[in-house]
Amino acid sequence: MANVRNTARPLSPHMSIWKWGPSMAASITHRVTGSGLATVGTILFVWWLVALASGPAAYACFLDLFTVKSGALNIVGYVFGIGLTYSFFQHLSTGVRHFFLDQGANFELKANKTTALLTYVAAILLTIAFWGFIIWGKTNG
Amino acid sequence: MGNGTSIGKVRGLGSAKEGAHHWWHQRLTGGANLILTLWFVLSIALLPAYDFETVRHWLAQTQVAVPLILLVIATFYHFRLGLQVVIEDYIHDEVHIVLMVLLNFFTLTTGTLAIFSILKIAFTAGAAL
Repeated sequence: MANVRNTARPLSPHMSIWKWGPSMAASITHRVTGSGLATVGTILFVWWLVALASGPAAYACFLDLFTVKSGALNIVGYVFGIGLTYSFFQHLSTGVRHFFLDQGANFELKANKTTALLTYVAAILLTIAFWGFIIWGKTNG
Repeated sequence: MGNGTSIGKVRGLGSAKEGAHHWWHQRLTGGANLILTLWFVLSIALLPAYDFETVRHWLAQTQVAVPLILLVIATFYHFRLGLQVVIEDYIHDEVHIVLMVLLNFFTLTTGTLAIFSILKIAFTAGAAL
């Protein structure tokens, strides 16, 4: 079988010996947020659509999990809401950075590191902007 | 396989001849998702309220239901390709095949449910439930 490894041979450089840095973090964050969106995000998105299609009772059941009686988010709503929006903006930022890497650009050490860090800044700012608008932007408007 | 010389074994395995296609579709859907998901997140943020009637009324419009169906197709295909890479990178034994089958079932089931729900809302929004 092709997956039987010859243990006499050394392994290639691997997780345990890499030094953590922004580039490596951006790569693994892209994968983790993508996997989270694909599983948790998909299930909640489809549940939301099915509830909307099923009727007011099903939709109320969906909303009840994430909101208190007044309609404001409860702790579950905040954890999933902020978790998913941050994951979305993070995956989007690292995804856009990935498009440049795919072109063979942005491999200079300094620029690569800077843009890796910028994906986190962008994702956090966009998440704050989104929730700031949802929570405060409308009550005044 | 397994009885030949080292070079013979490598030649026998060869490439799957699908790598470039997978890679390219991941990028194509990535580009589509960039536009579709930003539209979706912005539209959700701009909704005046999130009660049943408001959201349903919004979603039932053609100019919302159609992009939302496109979003489901593009994002679900994208995550199907992405999770395939995650499975292939970390699972090397036969469990890999089971997980790939489960991934395909998951993608098709959730995708069908999503599109059916959008169409149902769009076609019945005016009618009594």
